[in-house]
Amino acid sequence: MASLNALAIVCVLYVVVLFSVAFAADRAALHGRGAWLRSPIVYTLSLSIYCTAWTFYGAVGFAVRSGLEYVTIYLGPTLIMIGWWWTLRKMVRVGRSQRITSIADLISSRYGKSNTLAVFVTLLAVIGTTPYIALQLQSVTLSFQIFAENDLLQRQTVSQQSIAFWVAGGLAVFTILFGTRNLDANERHHGVVMAIALEAVVKLFALLAVGVFVVWGLSGGIGETLARIDASPIKNFEVSGSRWVGLTMLSAAAFICLPRMFQVMVVENEDESHLRTAAWAFPAYLMAMSLFVVPIAAVGLEKLPSASNPDLFVLTLPLQEGQDGLAILSFLGGFSSATSMVIVAAIALSTMVSNHIVMPIWLWMSGGTAMVSGDVRNVALLARRISIAGIVFLGYLYFRVSGGGAALAAIGLISFVGVAQFLPALMGGLFWRGANRVGALAGLVTGAAIWLYSLFLPSFGDTFLMPQHVIEHGPLGIDWLRPQALFGTEGLDPIVHAFMWSVFLNTLVFLVVSLLSFPRPVERLQGAQFVNVFQHSGTAGTWSGGLAQSEDLLIMSQRIMGPAEAQALFSEAAKRQGIAGLLPEPTPDFLQELERVLSGSVGAATAHAMISQIVGGATVSVEDLMAVADETAQIMEYSSRLEAKTEEQARTARQLREANDKLTQLSVQKDAFLSQISHELRTPMTSIRAFSEIMRDTEGLTEDEQNKYSSIIHDEAVRLTRLLDDLLDLSVLENAQVLLNWQSGTLEEVLDRAVSAAGGSDPDFQIDRLPQREHFELRSDLDRLAQVFINLISNARKYCDAKDPVLKIRAKRSDDRLIIDFIDNGSGIPMDKQTLIFEKFSRIGETKAGGAGLGLAICREVMARLSGAITYLPGQKGAAFRVTVPIDSPSVKAAG
Amino acid sequence: MNKKVLLIEDEPNIIEAVSFILMRDGWEVKTHSNGHDAMDAVRRREADIVILDVMLPGRSGFDILKDIRSDPALGDTPVLMLTARGQDKDREMAERVGANRFMTKPFSNADVLDAVRALVAEHE
Repeated sequence: MASLNALAIVCVLYVVVLFSVAFAADRAALHGRGAWLRSPIVYTLSLSIYCTAWTFYGAVGFAVRSGLEYVTIYLGPTLIMIGWWWTLRKMVRVGRSQRITSIADLISSRYGKSNTLAVFVTLLAVIGTTPYIALQLQSVTLSFQIFAENDLLQRQTVSQQSIAFWVAGGLAVFTILFGTRNLDANERHHGVVMAIALEAVVKLFALLAVGVFVVWGLSGGIGETLARIDASPIKNFEVSGSRWVGLTMLSAAAFICLPRMFQVMVVENEDESHLRTAAWAFPAYLMAMSLFVVPIAAVGLEKLPSASNPDLFVLTLPLQEGQDGLAILSFLGGFSSATSMVIVAAIALSTMVSNHIVMPIWLWMSGGTAMVSGDVRNVALLARRISIAGIVFLGYLYFRVSGGGAALAAIGLISFVGVAQFLPALMGGLFWRGANRVGALAGLVTGAAIWLYSLFLPSFGDTFLMPQHVIEHGPLGIDWLRPQALFGTEGLDPIVHAFMWSVFLNTLVFLVVSLLSFPRPVERLQGAQFVNVFQHSGTAGTWSGGLAQSEDLLIMSQRIMGPAEAQALFSEAAKRQGIAGLLPEPTPDFLQELERVLSGSVGAATAHAMISQIVGGATVSVEDLMAVADETAQIMEYSSRLEAKTEEQARTARQLREANDKLTQLSVQKDAFLSQISHELRTPMTSIRAFSEIMRDTEGLTEDEQNKYSSIIHDEAVRLTRLLDDLLDLSVLENAQVLLNWQSGTLEEVLDRAVSAAGGSDPDFQIDRLPQREHFELRSDLDRLAQVFINLISNARKYCDAKDPVLKIRAKRSDDRLIIDFIDNGSGIPMDKQTLIFEKFSRIGETKAGGAGLGLAICREVMARLSGAITYLPGQKGAAFRVTVPIDSPSVKAAG
Repeated sequence: MNKKVLLIEDEPNIIEAVSFILMRDGWEVKTHSNGHDAMDAVRRREADIVILDVMLPGRSGFDILKDIRSDPALGDTPVLMLTARGQDKDREMAERVGANRFMTKPFSNADVLDAVRALVAEHE
């Protein structure tokens, strides 16, 4: 007999393998390797979380109890994958274009980003999924126990509860480790998906292995097996038509609506075309999974004692026959099915709970603004982690309280009926523009109530929630309200009965209320975008804002997405708009894009609320209302074209105005140029002339005086020379006549050189560096680069007005470029000056702190020659400059 | 008793040169090197003549001159303005606000000395 210890070791080893696979996949994805991570096969395999432990073990039990009916559980998804392929594609397209994070987010987003709806869907999903998680824990526990019973040495040592507890704990740790690496739910969880794909292979292989063993090892071939099936009671089951159709439809509905299926199918989807492969590959997988169910059931009935649990035949048959290795494999298969379901369900639910319940509450408690309150990103991640632990713990609690047993085994289908309530709102939202929030909410509430009343509560048997007399005679004896025979529909199977009534009334209420009520404008816009997702990729303008808000938006986005990502997004948008620098104009397009990106992190409703706090409450403009009011297609099109034109003209006018402002400012500067250059040249010349005359005309100067005056003359001559050098340098750089001296070296060396040339770090002016993060090799004109750094450091030394000036220098690598930020803690540069500082002779304020105002202009020219850039970095506390330089010089690369 | 000159200028080397020339000629020289509180210095020093640079940190020499002219106690103090910008615009501006003499840097030492002597003599 296989010892329990051996099993535990195999189990731990398997978990180690899973962790390493997940870790390796995350690493590979992080480094951009592993295109295979994004293959359609991995996608298909990840869909197999549909087959939980309940199907792995339970299908055989199902077959023993009710014959071929177990096929319905596989038939529903198969029909969906093949027949409703188009619908799935629409869901995936909507999910990607709107950056949907969960099924709750999809429904909330479609119905005007309503958080009420999201909260309701989330709660229903949690209620429906918790027992299902408990079921997985039970299956692992039971299978462990089977081994324990067979292990004579340590029969008494393992308690059910402790196994369930350790399994739950391990799963929570795994999910938190790999499921919350990145905040953005739209960034794929490569590690998790890869681990699940591996588990999918393991469970299929295990079941096939047991099947092959049963057919060829125990029965002696296909013919023999068929004979045994004929002889077994399985053959005699009557298939009830209504139950067959009902269960097929139910599993089809659940396949679309289960939060965990939505997670792998839509959220984790890499590429829409993967659905094409999955459309045939997933049904094939399901068929392979169901191939040996009946043989195992028939042979199990024949060979095993009549009291044994048919749900565990897959495990007990090999054990009985002394095939320990096979039994362990089978155990791993069941273990895989259970764990993968719990992991994905926990990720899906935690996203929903944290985005729709925890974050809104937190935002509300912290005064409702993302601007003032700390790092939203950490809060969201923490919320998600706590939610994962909470959800898995809830499953464990349910398992303990319900005590396992038969009641739990029936919960699979009950859960299915619960989540099937999302179907009308989901499908209506995708296909019917008339569907609205009130209707969706009313339908969901109706469906959920009927589900609770007619299926969920009675499933616990005689409890205070639903006493036996109510089940038998209806509340207060009202006969037609009997939970399992509503409106006198007797004789139906309870599952089919509840499914039929709940979904029917849900749909009815949804349709009627939607027809009777009016949607809000946001709902109309979202509705159009969802229903017509293939026609247009969403351009309904819902935002308008001014430039001053861009910086606020950037600050907020940095908090949520992290500084690097936010800055990349903003500068990318600015580049697209043809604006230099980091801050794009807050056009409706940009705001919508930003909202979508943010919603990937915190959910649609929250992202919408955050942006509207900054851009102003007007979430829907007058133009939008007019566009909505008249829905005739041509007028819509015409008005949107007009709108686009007006918008374009406004933008052009804005750009012209900006250009004009800049020109005016420049011409004022050009005028100032002459007087500046005159001043800069004449001042040292004055000293030189005055002292040389003194030395010429004055008799009896002491030696000290002579020395002093001649060194003043010398210093001033040097100053003049330096100024002329700068001017020449700039003119050479501007005319691109400069010869660059390409060298290789590390960034650290260049910075070291620059810091010491600029006077080093001392208590009066501290330079804060992280030398261990500066070990970047680069090939460039290092002297020129050092010149730029020296300029920035001396500028900070000269102009930083903090009491204890600190200059922070931070370097990082982004693709083939290095990004070096110089950020001081002074009061920074006002926004209207930020574009001018790189112009010649521009000094902020009328100070005479030294230079001629050529430093930054030279820096800009140098960086342009080095194929890099220097920009002002807004949104920091002090003055901040960002230098970007290629790691390898393009010209050298071209030559090589 | 020596006549007193107040030199308002921010370049240390120019201060040193002008002070040297004037002191050799027997003047008592007081200096001040920013625009913010230049008026306080003018009031406190009660100089016989003020030499005033145009570009000062904090406040322009033209503004300081306007204040001197509008102060009844100092109103007619002779003022010699110095500038390094040397544009006609500046000269006009200096005349408008009431400078007695206007010199462009770099100047010859002798010219400065002559101008200071002449202005004080005129005033008396």
